[in-house]
Amino acid sequence: MATQARPARARPLWLAGALVLLAACMIAGMLDGAADISPWQVVLQVADWLPFTHVDSGLAPVEQGLLFELRLPRVLVAAVVGGLLAIAGAGYQGVFRNPLADPYLLGAAAGAGLAATAAIVLLPSASVPVAAFAGAVGGVFLAYTLGNTAGRSGGTATLVLAGVAVTSFLTAIQTVLQQLEVEKLQRIYAWILGDLGGGWDQLLLVLPYAAVSAVLLLLHGRMLDVLSVGDEEAAGLGVRAGRVRFVVLLAASLATAAAVAVSGLIGFVGIVVPHVVRRLAGGSYRIVLPLSLIGGAAFLVLADLVARTVLAPAELPIGVVTMFVGAPFFVAVLRMTRRVVT
Amino acid sequence: MRPVRTVLAGALLGTLALAGCGQTGTTAGPAAPSSAASSTAPAAGGFPVTVEAANGKVTIPKRPERIVSLSATHTETLYAIGAGSQVVAVDDRSNYPPEAPTTELSGFKPNVEAIVAQKPDLVVVSDDIDDIVSELGKVNVPVLHQPAATNLDEAYEEISELGAATGHQAEAGKVVADMKSAIDDVVSKAPKDAELTYYHELDQTPYAVTSKTFIGQIYGMFGLTNIADKAPDAAGGYPKLSAEFVAQADPDLIFLADVKCCQQNKEALAARPGWKNLSAVKNDRVIELDDDIASRWGPRVADLAKSIGAAVADAARAKTDGAS
Repeated sequence: MATQARPARARPLWLAGALVLLAACMIAGMLDGAADISPWQVVLQVADWLPFTHVDSGLAPVEQGLLFELRLPRVLVAAVVGGLLAIAGAGYQGVFRNPLADPYLLGAAAGAGLAATAAIVLLPSASVPVAAFAGAVGGVFLAYTLGNTAGRSGGTATLVLAGVAVTSFLTAIQTVLQQLEVEKLQRIYAWILGDLGGGWDQLLLVLPYAAVSAVLLLLHGRMLDVLSVGDEEAAGLGVRAGRVRFVVLLAASLATAAAVAVSGLIGFVGIVVPHVVRRLAGGSYRIVLPLSLIGGAAFLVLADLVARTVLAPAELPIGVVTMFVGAPFFVAVLRMTRRVVT
Repeated sequence: MRPVRTVLAGALLGTLALAGCGQTGTTAGPAAPSSAASSTAPAAGGFPVTVEAANGKVTIPKRPERIVSLSATHTETLYAIGAGSQVVAVDDRSNYPPEAPTTELSGFKPNVEAIVAQKPDLVVVSDDIDDIVSELGKVNVPVLHQPAATNLDEAYEEISELGAATGHQAEAGKVVADMKSAIDDVVSKAPKDAELTYYHELDQTPYAVTSKTFIGQIYGMFGLTNIADKAPDAAGGYPKLSAEFVAQADPDLIFLADVKCCQQNKEALAARPGWKNLSAVKNDRVIELDDDIASRWGPRVADLAKSIGAAVADAARAKTDGAS
C-alpha cells in the first residue's frame, strides 16, 4: 500500500479539503439543535461572543447559556473525540498491518466498560470519566503485558489474541456487575451507547491527552510507512520496529482512553474513517493519519447533529447513529472505489 | 375485568392473556380448572379462589401461608393489605417495609430452584423473565404475574387481586379506597389554572417520562404540562431528552426521581452546563422525590401524589403572588 502513496504535493489539497469539510460540519452542528433557536440568532450570538463586538441576538440568558455551555462544547467534544478515535484506529491499523484493527482491539473498550460500570454502581457519578480512562488504559496494559509475555516478543498476532482474551474476560465481569445492579442498567447502557454532552469540563478533561497523543501519532506517519514493508526491511532502513510499534500503540491507546472517558463507547468511527481516507487519498500513513484526525472529527460532529435533531427534543444515542449511518456509508465507499480500480 | 395488556403480556402469552380478559370459560390458564369463581366473588376466606392476572386465571387452592414476592411494588402491597405475616421471602429489591424478609432472590434473574426452595404456595412477580411463570407452573406453584400498571385503575385492580389471592379482600378494598380518597383530596385541592410546566427526571442522562406513562398520568391529574410531551412518539414513553431542550423549555417544576440512585439534587442541577439559570433552580422548585416511590405502582402512589400536590400548591401560590 505504501508503495502506492500519492505524490506528496497532493497532500496540502487533501488537508485543505478535509479542513473545509470539518468547518462546514461544525458550523452546521452549531446552527441546529433541539432548542428552538433560529440559525440567524445563533450567528448573531456567536458574533456577540467575539471580542470587541456587541450584537444583540435577542436571546434570553437561558438560551445564550445553552448555546455557550451546551451546544458549543458539544460540537467541540464531538470533533475531538471523533478525531481521536479515527487517528487511533489508523495507528492500530498501521501497527497490526490489518485493516480490520480498531481502537478497541486491545481491550480498551472492555476495560473502560468494566470500570465505568463499576463507577456507576459504586461511586458518585462524577467519577465515571476518570474510571473509564483508567479502565481503558488498564485494559490495554493487561492485553499488552499478556501478549508480550505469552508470545515471542514483538509479534502482533499474540497481541491481538491477548486483546480478545482480555476483552471477553473483562466483559464477563462487567456483565455480572450490571446483573447485580439491574436498576442501574439503563445508566450503564446509556454510557455504553455514548454521549457527547457534558460541557466544557469534558472538553478540558480530554484536551491534554488529545494533544499529546495526536502529535505523537502524527510524527510517526513515516515510521508506519516503513513498517508496512516488513520488520526486516525496516531494520535495514534503520527503523526499530518494536520501538515504533510500542510508541504508536501507547499514543493510540492514550487517544482511545481519552475519547472513551468523555464519550463512552462510540463504535465504527475508528475503523471506518481511516478506511475511507485510505480509499480516497492513498495508503501512506503520512496522509492517512492527519486526514483521519480531521475526517473523524467531521464525521462525529455530523453524526452527533443527526443524533440531536432527528428525534428532537429527544435524542438518539450517538453510538447508534455512528453504526447506522457509518455502515452503509462504508459499503458505498468500498463499492465506489472498487469500480474505479477495476 | 382488567384491560388487555397487549404490550406486556401479549407477546408472551398471546391468546391466553386475551382470552383471560373479558371472556369466561373458553380458554383457561394452566393452573385454572373450570372454576366459575372470580376475584369479585364474595369469598370470605372462601378458598379456593380464582383471580385474574396477566398469566390468565390463577386458582389458589387454599389461603397462602408461604408467599414469595419477586417485586418491590407487590411486596409493599402485600404488607399494606395485612398479608405480611404470610410472606416468607421477598426479592433483593424489596426494601419496603423494612420488616419484609429480603433475600438474595432476584426478580430480574429469577432462579426457579431458589424460589421453590422457599416452599412457596404463592409467588408474585411483576416481570415474566426467563419464562419464570411457566417454569413455576411446571412444579405446580401458583404464580400471579402482575405487570407494571399503565394507569391508576390497573394499580388498584392489582391490589384488589392480591387481596383476593391472599384472603385479605376487605383490607385490600380499604387500601384502594384510602388511596383513591387521598389522591382525590390532593388533586381537588390543587390549583388547576396555574398553567405550570414540569420535567420529571429518571436519571441524569437525562431520561424523562411523557404524560402517557403511569407516573405522567398522575402529574396530568394536577393539570401540569409535561415538557417531554414534545418528544415524538418514536422516542417512546421514556425519552432521552436533549439537555438544551430542557434548558430552553425552562419548566416551572423539576421532579427528580434520581436522588438515591444518582445523588441528584438542586445543587447538582445548577452545576450542569447551561442549567444554572433555569427558573426551577433559581426559584427553588426542584422537588427531590423518593426514587422508589416514584418508580412503583403500589399503595405509596398516594404519597407521591401528596408530594406533587404540595409542590404544585407552592408553585401556583408563588406564581399568583408574583403576578399580582
